[in-house]
Amino acid sequence: MPLLEVEDLGVEFRRRGLEPFRAVDGVSFDVDPGQTVGLVGESGCGKSVTSLAIMRLLMPRGNRVTGRVSFDGTDLLRLPIRDMRDRRGRDLAMIFQDPLSSLNPVISIGLQVTEVLQRHRGMKQSAARAEARDLLDQVGIPDPDRRLKEYPHQLSGGMRQRALIAMAVACRPRLLIADEPTTALDVTIQAQILQLLGTLVRENGTALIMITHDLGVVAGLCDEVNVLYGGRIVERANRHELFATPQHPYTHGLLASIPRLDAPAGERLHPVQGSVSDNIPWTSACAFAPRCGNEVDRCRSASPELTAAPLGHGHQLRCFNPVLPDGAGVGATGGSAPVDSAGEAL
Amino acid sequence: MLRYIVRRLIQLVVVMFVLSLLLFLWLRSLPGGPDSAICGERCTPDQRVAMRHALGMDQPIWVQYFKYMGRVFTGNFGYSSGVEPGTPAIEVFLHRLPATIELTIGALIFAIVLGIPLGYFAARRKGGIFDNLGIISSLVGIAIPVFFLAYLLKFVFAVKLGWLPDSGRQSTDLAQPATRVTGFFVLDGLITREWDASWDAFRHLILPSIALGTIPFAVIFRITRSSVIDVQNEDYVRTAEAKGLTTQVIRRRHILRNAMLPVVTVTGLQVGALLAGAVLTETVFAYPGLGQATAIAFQLRDFAVLQVLVLASAATYTLVNLVVDLSYALIDPRIRTR
Repeated sequence: MPLLEVEDLGVEFRRRGLEPFRAVDGVSFDVDPGQTVGLVGESGCGKSVTSLAIMRLLMPRGNRVTGRVSFDGTDLLRLPIRDMRDRRGRDLAMIFQDPLSSLNPVISIGLQVTEVLQRHRGMKQSAARAEARDLLDQVGIPDPDRRLKEYPHQLSGGMRQRALIAMAVACRPRLLIADEPTTALDVTIQAQILQLLGTLVRENGTALIMITHDLGVVAGLCDEVNVLYGGRIVERANRHELFATPQHPYTHGLLASIPRLDAPAGERLHPVQGSVSDNIPWTSACAFAPRCGNEVDRCRSASPELTAAPLGHGHQLRCFNPVLPDGAGVGATGGSAPVDSAGEAL
Repeated sequence: MLRYIVRRLIQLVVVMFVLSLLLFLWLRSLPGGPDSAICGERCTPDQRVAMRHALGMDQPIWVQYFKYMGRVFTGNFGYSSGVEPGTPAIEVFLHRLPATIELTIGALIFAIVLGIPLGYFAARRKGGIFDNLGIISSLVGIAIPVFFLAYLLKFVFAVKLGWLPDSGRQSTDLAQPATRVTGFFVLDGLITREWDASWDAFRHLILPSIALGTIPFAVIFRITRSSVIDVQNEDYVRTAEAKGLTTQVIRRRHILRNAMLPVVTVTGLQVGALLAGAVLTETVFAYPGLGQATAIAFQLRDFAVLQVLVLASAATYTLVNLVVDLSYALIDPRIRTR
């Protein structure tokens, strides 16, 4: 049984004088205990909002969250906020993108770690102190006794992220959400942090939701990957299948946009054309159509469903005209295609 | 840190020197002088010349200045000619200082005790009725002239309702005259266990404190409000939420503490200004502090007292700012450990 079941999660932001903006539009996915699931997409695709909605950390005003987030059988979205506070930091924890701004600048690292322990594990000051020391040690911060007394601005970027991770794993949560944990770090530190996360997750059997725009991170860490576009999942597969047979044009674009070291110098980069602002609503079309090189007529007149992909096992796709290895789109001619009929069957 | 403090103190000395010169010249360029104030309107020209000679006013102005500065270095700031004639000017300052400090504390307590919680509350319910009421009243608080507010308070609460005394620091009809120990009347009463005297002095402080504290209140309210609004959207507050901390801890430890940084600065600036003496408030309430002395000294051209008062207020202002900067380091480790 999955640890976390996200079902038809929707997040709408109300805007004065405008239609509400649907940042997350019917996202569903499961996370098994000990599993690492990636949410991948460019800025604005709804991946961070999804994670904040799961943690119920969105600002209480100005938005509407729908659907179900079932954690170990309890629907978190319907939990009284007091109970949710009891679970945050204890059962599910989160690591944020920018470690400097995510740490309180005027409180010592020590207090920022011990406050979680005191809150959730009922530890006394001295016990919490000793535990915090061990935690810093565990996440690879050298000289933890000294670091406990220091303040965030005295730590390096990598160490700040390690400290944040220590706070997040302090109570051995069963689910950890990491929202672009390596974006603000330089490459060597990135690798260390990813390795640390991988180790912690393996050793503690923690489930991990990894939010990133970096497919390299996905390749190194995730068991299963969800590619998000315009607030919906457009492709879902296990890591190997996703990299071996990506079928959604957007996933293709993401993979093609990674600059290759073995490409001749001076070769042009291959970004995904356009930007999120070109999106059209999902209601009666594919939101990606304006930016897709593979679009057919149907893409502008019908909204694709998430269905079994033509290739692979458990590989799912939201596309009328997927990109297939031989280069020929299945539905290129008429758009009838097995994909579609499978969609209606599901 | 020590070097920093020393540097600031040296700056202070330079400022005082320049200020003393400017002040000296400026005061003497004003029409009228202590001679006419002492002689009165009906003195003869001869008497006036004699008085000017006695006061040393017939000498060239730079001679007067150097003589004055020479005396200052021996601790002699001259004698009052108008506020308390014949008393050394420094004594006029010293025995009025406690009154002004007491009033400053009163005004600050009023401003802080109301300003910070209300500012915090307004920020938590940003855009609500309470927030808007708070903004409007703080605007009124800044806009309303202090003397008008002072007269209004005095008229309503002292004259019409008779709840509070209308002037001075202490009633003259106490059962037995209050004993003076420190010059802080409320404190004196507590030390000597003359509870009635202490209570009486406290009641005298209420209206002037409100009148004087209104502007600092409005300033502190606004700064607290905007600062809390900024801080509660900070990433580290979200981190604190993600850790599942209780609302109480998040508010106290993560929001308020950070939000207090700008409030401390602003409050410090207010303290500096208040300690210089509240001319308007003290005059309206006939409160015998530095502000009242400034007003009287100005009317009577009491140069010696004015010089002491202005120099002292410049010094307090600078020193208070230094203390504020140092206290900043206490709250913000980023400054302390630099």
